Amino acid sequence: MHMMYFTEQPMSAYDAKAGLDYGATALTFSNSHFNPVEGSRLYNEYLEEYILAEECGADGIMLNEHHNAPFCMQARTNMFAAILAAVTRRVKIVILGNPLPLSENPVQLAEELAMIDMISKGRLVSGFVRGGGQEQLANGVNPAFNRERFMEAHDLVQKTWTEPGPFRWEGTHYQQRVVNPWAVPLQKPYPRVWIPGVLSKETVIWTAQQRYPYIALNTSLEATRAIHETYDKAAADAGYTAGPENFGYLIRVHVQDTEEKALANARQFMWMQGEFTGLAHPVWANPSGYFSPSGRRGFVEFAVGRATNPRGNPTFEQQVADTMIIAGTPDQVIARLKYLVEHTRPGIMGIWANDGTVSKQDRRRCIQLLCGEVMPAIKEFGAGLELNDPWEADAPVHLRYSTDIPGRRVAAE
Amino acid sequence: MSIVWTDTVKEIAGIKLHFTRGGSGPAVLVLHHDIGTVERLPFYDALAERFDVLIPHHPGWGRSERPQWLRHPRDIAAIYAWLLSDLNEPCVSLVGLGFGGWIAAEMASLAPAGYRNLVLVGAAGIKPPDGNIADQAIVSYIDYPRSGFHDEAAFTRVYGDVSTDQLEAWDIAREMSFRTAWKPYMYSQTLPHLLGGIRAPALVIWSDDDRIVPLSAGQAYARALHDATFTTIPDCGHFAEMEKPDAVAKLVTDFLSCG
Repeated sequence: MHMMYFTEQPMSAYDAKAGLDYGATALTFSNSHFNPVEGSRLYNEYLEEYILAEECGADGIMLNEHHNAPFCMQARTNMFAAILAAVTRRVKIVILGNPLPLSENPVQLAEELAMIDMISKGRLVSGFVRGGGQEQLANGVNPAFNRERFMEAHDLVQKTWTEPGPFRWEGTHYQQRVVNPWAVPLQKPYPRVWIPGVLSKETVIWTAQQRYPYIALNTSLEATRAIHETYDKAAADAGYTAGPENFGYLIRVHVQDTEEKALANARQFMWMQGEFTGLAHPVWANPSGYFSPSGRRGFVEFAVGRATNPRGNPTFEQQVADTMIIAGTPDQVIARLKYLVEHTRPGIMGIWANDGTVSKQDRRRCIQLLCGEVMPAIKEFGAGLELNDPWEADAPVHLRYSTDIPGRRVAAE
Repeated sequence: MSIVWTDTVKEIAGIKLHFTRGGSGPAVLVLHHDIGTVERLPFYDALAERFDVLIPHHPGWGRSERPQWLRHPRDIAAIYAWLLSDLNEPCVSLVGLGFGGWIAAEMASLAPAGYRNLVLVGAAGIKPPDGNIADQAIVSYIDYPRSGFHDEAAFTRVYGDVSTDQLEAWDIAREMSFRTAWKPYMYSQTLPHLLGGIRAPALVIWSDDDRIVPLSAGQAYARALHDATFTTIPDCGHFAEMEKPDAVAKLVTDFLSCG
């Protein structure tokens, strides 16, 4: 089992009241509330905490990016990935992920990732995402072509990594007349690609068709089961049987020496009062054309305040009761995580451990207990359940490299 | 006089294009806003008393099928030129409302002598010299149309409590606006240079309280067109033909009748 440490890198040093007064903490909430002196402090503290997570035993550091919002300070996930490539020695650098549709030049993205892979000596996991609706608006990218751009950019990156240049790409959304970057990945055929997600069935099916692991981002147990079923069926249609190596799960967990302190800090997972991306207008999160047409009717009613959020908006207590948030001492957390692992059977697990305004001292203590005590116990428990990660299972990087599908020609690496 | 409206579907550019036709007289093609159109409007009835009025649903909007390949209002202009050719209507007048005004301007610029008259009402399509075209992407489905009315009572008169069907139609219309006019948003950088060739006499109508397309864009249209008259409507928002149907219909009818 592969266990990763994750934080959204919250820009917690802003005036939370200003966000509540404005009614939004995303997209148009003014960056005049961003303090670069505090930003500098926090970036460096988060970097030190990643290094601490490696020292304490984490298998991987999970990174992401968001834009125009205080809940996540990473505006370019490849920046921290590049830094970690140089300052860490052992951990996998797991980008979950680069928002492909935001890229106007996927070849340059392929180059950057290849550089990170080489500098890290082959420790890159290169996840890709569609990016939330607000990310499209913050970057001026057309949400109506989001999925098309995602798939085409993926295909272009994959070809850039696997076929010798120069070649020409004449696609619908991307046209590159000379594709021939000299930086290519160290890992062959190419770095592992994992796809994180929350809601979209279409993405689950596409991911299974590629044979990439799907990482469910803190979905409910019920939703997680539905994701597995969808993935399993698409995998069977593609000719293989999905196992734990095809599934990952991200869960919010905060550990401290006392339950009281852990629960107090875990409340910070709710710090911006909205969904995990903070308060935002529904049409920012789901601009027209971004989401599946099958959800259109329900969404428009929610967007004008006539229906409740289809994702729900459960309280902290409800989320703790439903194992959406786990908080406590190492023993308490291990017990809850074992329950979760038994019921979701992931080969990959991300632990989102610190959010909001948790103090530096408490963040570091949480990392020590989490990576030093909780992760080893869960890995041992997972091994007993044969929850192998993609390396342990020697899973193919992509469907095309499968050797277990009768009648299918295996691509050259 | 009660107008008889007939709905027709024609196969154009690989899609089923829906249009409504009513009235008699010289032919007038009316091009609707980015938010689509409701089926019947007093403005349409008023025009149909004097003209043969054709009102298509833009491809991808309303009841017209979506062309997946559609990328620009100029593509829509070409589809309508194709439609008029198929209908054997060689010299119609164009009445473009908001986003539909952009399409009308594209049509006229592509065929400078091809249309009898051009009427633009709060037309998008060129970058306003002063101000910006309002960005519907960051406001709700109801707030955007509402911002196009000077008097909220006029919005309520047209849309009532706003049905879920209407919300869905607005979401689809918004998606189509994104697919065709995302960047630069709601204008063309080349169109202003192509307007000077248009030979059709033009009437440029702007509401004095247009919060969607600034008045300066209307003045720029009037300057760029060869033969244009510019007029404003007081106490009126962007969706002028819905807010002040009689006033807009009179301006358009008078202009088209003497043109």
